[in-house]
Formats: sequence, structure tokens, C-alpha cells
Amino acid sequence: MYNGSKIIIGLIIFLAIATFPFYSNIGKSAGVPMPDTNTPVINGLDKKECVASAEYMKKEHMKVLDEWRDEVVREGKRDVINVGGRVFEKSLQNGCMQCHSNKSRFCDECHSYAGVKPYCWDCHHFKEGRI
Amino acid sequence: MRIDRRKFLQIAGLSGIGLGLSAADGLFKGKALASGAHSLPSSGTRLAFVIDVNKIEGEDGYRRIIEACHKIHNVPNIPNTKHEVKWIWTDSYEHSFPDQPNEFLPEKIKEKPFLLLCNHCDKPPCVRVCPTKATFKNPDGIVVQDPHRCIGCRFCMAACPYGSRSFNWVDPRNYLDMKNINPDFPTRTMGVVEKCTLCPERLARGLEPACAEASNGAIVFGNLADPESEVRKILNTHYTLRRKPEIGTQPSIFYVIGGGENAG
Repeated sequence: MYNGSKIIIGLIIFLAIATFPFYSNIGKSAGVPMPDTNTPVINGLDKKECVASAEYMKKEHMKVLDEWRDEVVREGKRDVINVGGRVFEKSLQNGCMQCHSNKSRFCDECHSYAGVKPYCWDCHHFKEGRI
Repeated sequence: MRIDRRKFLQIAGLSGIGLGLSAADGLFKGKALASGAHSLPSSGTRLAFVIDVNKIEGEDGYRRIIEACHKIHNVPNIPNTKHEVKWIWTDSYEHSFPDQPNEFLPEKIKEKPFLLLCNHCDKPPCVRVCPTKATFKNPDGIVVQDPHRCIGCRFCMAACPYGSRSFNWVDPRNYLDMKNINPDFPTRTMGVVEKCTLCPERLARGLEPACAEASNGAIVFGNLADPESEVRKILNTHYTLRRKPEIGTQPSIFYVIGGGENAG
């Protein structure tokens, strides 16, 4: 093999760089996302109740939003959702975010972890801690 | 029964004439449709505006109405006219009613700005061309633009005879004062088409559209399908103009031009 030593040194350097992400993360667990419901509005509630159970909302919130969107924008059904006397508008901006006023700790927590970039926020604007 | 060549040709000829006549009948019907002879609303509601151009007081009056709409809906003010976004704006008589030129118009009318907005047509051409059904006509007669479904193809902009639609060439948020925008209404994003919505979110709360509210009675809003509505009463007693009625789009914005000493 011509220039064998140089090739082997080169291969070792290449492997070291290529596998760096793997060995540098050995034994470390990625932080499990913990969506935070610690907002003034939610803390002020006697009974912490959303439009559906937390379990359901974790899995299906995107479908809920999708259905609300079609009902409100396309079918004009702007009726509100009443949960135990508390009224929710079928709206991301004027519904969800009224209680969950901490987008970065509630929405982005999981979205960043899962690597999803929902484009809701391109139009639906939200100022952190608005309420 | 035997049919000789002569008989066959006679029958074939007569059938041909019959077919031709029935097709021509269809054509005449088509023509009647396009002429807009039937103008009665098809559903129970057809929302409309009647704008009395003489009741809007000067520059301030127009500015107040336009700002009321644009503020509530977070419409950006983009100085570059190629990128501008407008929901309600003004233009001259000549540009607003190009099909009704009149060189002897009173100076007052010639120089007057006319408030223009989406006509929420009864037969909207924008709806016909939209490939994704992002724009559609709802049962109240509102021509709705659903930005969620808009792919930004701009067919609707080409189809609209009134220039009522704007495309977001740039991110509108760069031209909005994000600290002072209406927190209850979304902005739009780059790459979608937008226009006047006729304020369904306000109608749902029992409010009038923002422009009508800010107009001090110059813009009357109501249901054309209801013969007792205020808009119908005004239309019964005043001669009104609509923009480019000859196209057959049946616009729902009516302009009372007379007024002043000639008020009827």
C-alpha cells in the first residue's frame, strides 16, 4: 500500500469526526419534553379542565385545531365550547392561548423535541405572557 | 320495413335539424343567464353594502373608514405599490366606473374618491377559478378567502374584475407595528392572497362590519334578500350604481351617487 500510514491516519481522523455525535452523547439522555401549564390563568382556576382530557389533547390537538378551523372558517360555526361553565372560543389565538399563554414552554417544548415546525404561527401571532 | 336511400337521407336530415334546434335552445338559455336577468338572491341571506358617497366627509372621513378596517384586520401599510395590500381603498369615478364614462359629470363627482372593496359578488369569478376551493361563497353571500388553503396561485386576482385581492409578496409582519397590532386577529403570511372578509367575526358578535361602524351612516349594511331591510329601502328610493355590472358578476356593493341638493 502506497502512503499507507497517511491513509490510515486520515481514516482514523475521518471516523473520529463522523462518529463524534454518537460517542459524545453516550450515556446522556435527551431531555424528555415537559409541557408546562404554569400560567397565571391556569393557576387561577379551581378546576383545571381543558376542552378534552390531557391524554387526548397530547395526541390529537392538531386534529382538534384542524376541525375547529374548518368549522369556523369554512362552515361559519362560531359557537363556543362550554366546559363546566367555562367558555372556550374555537380558536388557537383566542381560545387555546388565552390560558396557555406560555408558547415557548407549552407548545414549543414538544414541537422542538419532535422536530416539527407547525406554520400556525406564521399568521397566528402570539406575544409571550400577553395575559 | 325497407328504407330506401332517399327515405334514409330525409330522416337523417330532419333529425339533424332537430338536434341543431335543441342545441340552439340551450345557447339562448345561456345568454339569458349571462345577461343577469334574474337578480333575486338565491338563498335567504345576501349581505350587501350601500355606500352613500356624499355622506363621507372629506379626506378624514375616508381615512377613518380605511384605518378602522386595516387596524382591526392587521393589514400592513406597504409603501411599494407593487407589494401593497389593501382591503378597502379609494379611487376616482373614472377608474371605479370605467363602463360609464361621462365627460359632463359634475366636477364634484369627477374629483370625488370612491370607496372600493371586495364586491362579494353573487356570481364571483374568483370562486370559479380557485383550484383549491380556498375561496368560496358562504350561505350568507360572503365571498370567503381561506388563507389556510390558499396556495398563492393568484388565479383569483386575475379573475377579479375589481382588483379587490392582494397578494403577500413580502412578509406583512415587517410592515406592521407588531407591538400595537390587534391581538385577536391573525396576520397573514407571505405567499397567500387576502381581501375584505366582511367581518364575520364581528357579525358573529352582533356588530356591524368595521367600515360601516366607522362611517357615521355613510355605509349601510344589510341583507338584500330581506325586502324590509334598510339596504333594500335605500335601493328602492335611490338610483344606485354598481361597478362593472355588465360582466354579470352581480356585485353586492351599491353606490348612491346623487345626494346633495339632488338627493331623491
